[in-house]
Amino acid sequence: MKEPLVIKSLRVNVEDKEILKGVDLQIRSGEVHAVMGPNGSGKSTLAYALMGHPKYEVTGGTVTYKGQNVLEMEPEDRSKLGMFLAFQYPFEIEGVPLTRFLMTAFRAHHPAPAEGSNGKSRVKVGEFRKLMLEKLKLLRMDESFIKRYLNEGFSGGEKKRAEVLQMLVLKPQLAILDETDSGLDIDSVKIVAEAVNTLRGSEFSALVVTHYQRILNYLEPDFVHVMVDGRVVESGGRELAHRLESEGYDRIVERERGRQEVAS
Amino acid sequence: MSELQHLGEKKRGATAEQEVVERDYTPYDFRDDIAYLHKAAPGLSVDIVKEISKMKGEPPWMLKKRLEGLEIFLQKPTPTWGGDLSKLDYDKISYYIKPSEGQGHTWEEVPDKIKKTFEKLGIPEAERKFLAGAGAQYESEAIYHNLKKEWEDRGVIFLDSDTGLKKYPHIYEELWGTVVPAADNKYAALNTAFWSGGSFVYVPKGVQVTMPLQAYFRINAADMGQFERTLIILDEGAKLHYIEGCTAPTYSSSSLHSGVIEIIVKKNASMTYTTLQNWANNMYNLVTQRAIVHAGASMSWVDANLGSCLTMKYPSCYLVGEGATGEILSVAYAGDGQHQDTGGKVIHAAPNTTSRITSKSISLRGGRTSYRGLVKIAKGATGAKSNVMCDALLLDDHSVSDTYPYIEIEEDRVTVGHEATVGKVGEDLLFYLRSRGLSESEALSLIVLGFVEEFAKTLPMEYALEFNRLIQLEMEGSVG
Repeated sequence: MKEPLVIKSLRVNVEDKEILKGVDLQIRSGEVHAVMGPNGSGKSTLAYALMGHPKYEVTGGTVTYKGQNVLEMEPEDRSKLGMFLAFQYPFEIEGVPLTRFLMTAFRAHHPAPAEGSNGKSRVKVGEFRKLMLEKLKLLRMDESFIKRYLNEGFSGGEKKRAEVLQMLVLKPQLAILDETDSGLDIDSVKIVAEAVNTLRGSEFSALVVTHYQRILNYLEPDFVHVMVDGRVVESGGRELAHRLESEGYDRIVERERGRQEVAS
Repeated sequence: MSELQHLGEKKRGATAEQEVVERDYTPYDFRDDIAYLHKAAPGLSVDIVKEISKMKGEPPWMLKKRLEGLEIFLQKPTPTWGGDLSKLDYDKISYYIKPSEGQGHTWEEVPDKIKKTFEKLGIPEAERKFLAGAGAQYESEAIYHNLKKEWEDRGVIFLDSDTGLKKYPHIYEELWGTVVPAADNKYAALNTAFWSGGSFVYVPKGVQVTMPLQAYFRINAADMGQFERTLIILDEGAKLHYIEGCTAPTYSSSSLHSGVIEIIVKKNASMTYTTLQNWANNMYNLVTQRAIVHAGASMSWVDANLGSCLTMKYPSCYLVGEGATGEILSVAYAGDGQHQDTGGKVIHAAPNTTSRITSKSISLRGGRTSYRGLVKIAKGATGAKSNVMCDALLLDDHSVSDTYPYIEIEEDRVTVGHEATVGKVGEDLLFYLRSRGLSESEALSLIVLGFVEEFAKTLPMEYALEFNRLIQLEMEGSVG
């Protein structure tokens, strides 16, 4: 029960359109939760809103993580608190080698001690390099990868691996994966999932947004939630994902539609 | 260190790994309390011109050139096509300040306070480590000039301009002022009248100087005008990389830096001239740099302009021999109260000459960058090729970037390309970086460093690090 992520009645607008219509979710330390649902149900919006994208306007509800009001924090402070969002569509940055980006982010997470030591970051080049190489190996990526400019000319699969590499290096306690598996072939899904699994433990929790059950074969979530039209409409264990895989979302979507009609 | 070398791009380009190497980057904004040997009264006059020439013991022809220069300066109107020069008050400026007697060939000979300044700026250390020679100018005079013996033995000459004029009067009389005549523009005329300091460099036939030469210009006094004058001659097949750095402390009143650089690149020779300009933001930086490039030779201007309130500077290449190439690669950074009006000029005056102008500019906090460039292909320059690329990056909505490309073509069978892009840093990209723990200013700094990465890669590693560090210093705290 320690330091859970608690989302209560979260409502979010994007460009004045309500996308999240009251989401409730709790994630305890050590748990992996999967969020599934049809296109446009608000899964990615939930991911972005949790991380604090300025375009996602929170109109109601609360989010606390480690006891702190996350909604009042800047994205960088959420990151430093231990949150991480693996983007579905990561951005390209000209002229910034992946290694420089990783180093800059890593140093932001390991700032200089307040007193003494001339204000320089404590991060040692050699140690950092070792860490980076170790994580690259986990993802079965070549060392030359980190010399390339961030996401520039990366294939879809390379972009996803680069996201996971950043996650492994920053070692978050709450990872939000936004469709990290989409666009990956079976082998890559397995590699990525196994890499994420190296982070698992009592101090780590994850929110995995996905369309497909296949990544969940490797990630083995403790809970599965189904989102429809901006709400979590069904929650269950791992078996729910299997059921969705065979039945599709139609049954749930229709049931929800029926409910709404009754309500209105 | 072995790990760093492993990761680094050999001797070129800087990476984040290298940036964390323990190094003390002293800020540049400090003032020395110096008792000057001589300080001319503010304002410009024939008397001051005569006084400078007399103190330097110059031949009569030079005094004549100086006086002509003053005349031309006074006659020429202040240019209005570029930055705002209306607040530059010529009467408040001191046109000549002599900080000390003589000039050192070792740092021990340099007066203590001045030596300390250059130590803070890291010059003696850089010289020991990777330079073929170094020169240092403080206010109006070169206070240090030294060339390593191995290059001296091979006939390379590296002197301050006053000594150059004394020792090689014939070269000076023949070539000085031929690349940039006094009448070229108002500030070239001003420089001709009041010039002091700068370097004289000669590289003999076939000698390839494999380490850079560096000149460092420091202005310490307020209301100061610095007018260095450099003449570089590369004989046939010679090769040289010359680097100049400039800094000054900040004062509330304006100072003026108006250098003139004349370069002659003979047949098949290859010259690179790199400037890392980081003047304080009260400096008017009005510089004329020009190279005459002969057959098969190449000239490359690498130009970073970070400081000053107004820089107007368009390094140029006159490609006068068949197959000559010219390159101008520049970065301009304009923040609050700054206008960088920079670019380049290439005249194709011979067949099969090629040129490339690449300009990268960054504007933020209301700063303004202007690219102003001319590519001219003269009649007879058949097969000439030129390509111009201008990329501007705007970091906010109240900063400005504009482009003034001029192309004049008098010949048919030529290839000329021009491309310009303006980029803005979007909210999504910023969010991406911030979600990794970077503050807004760290994120912008990373984006800007990436934007100028290709430029930094062309610098020797030590300067690439310095350049990246300067950008970071500028960016730090630049965002609310």
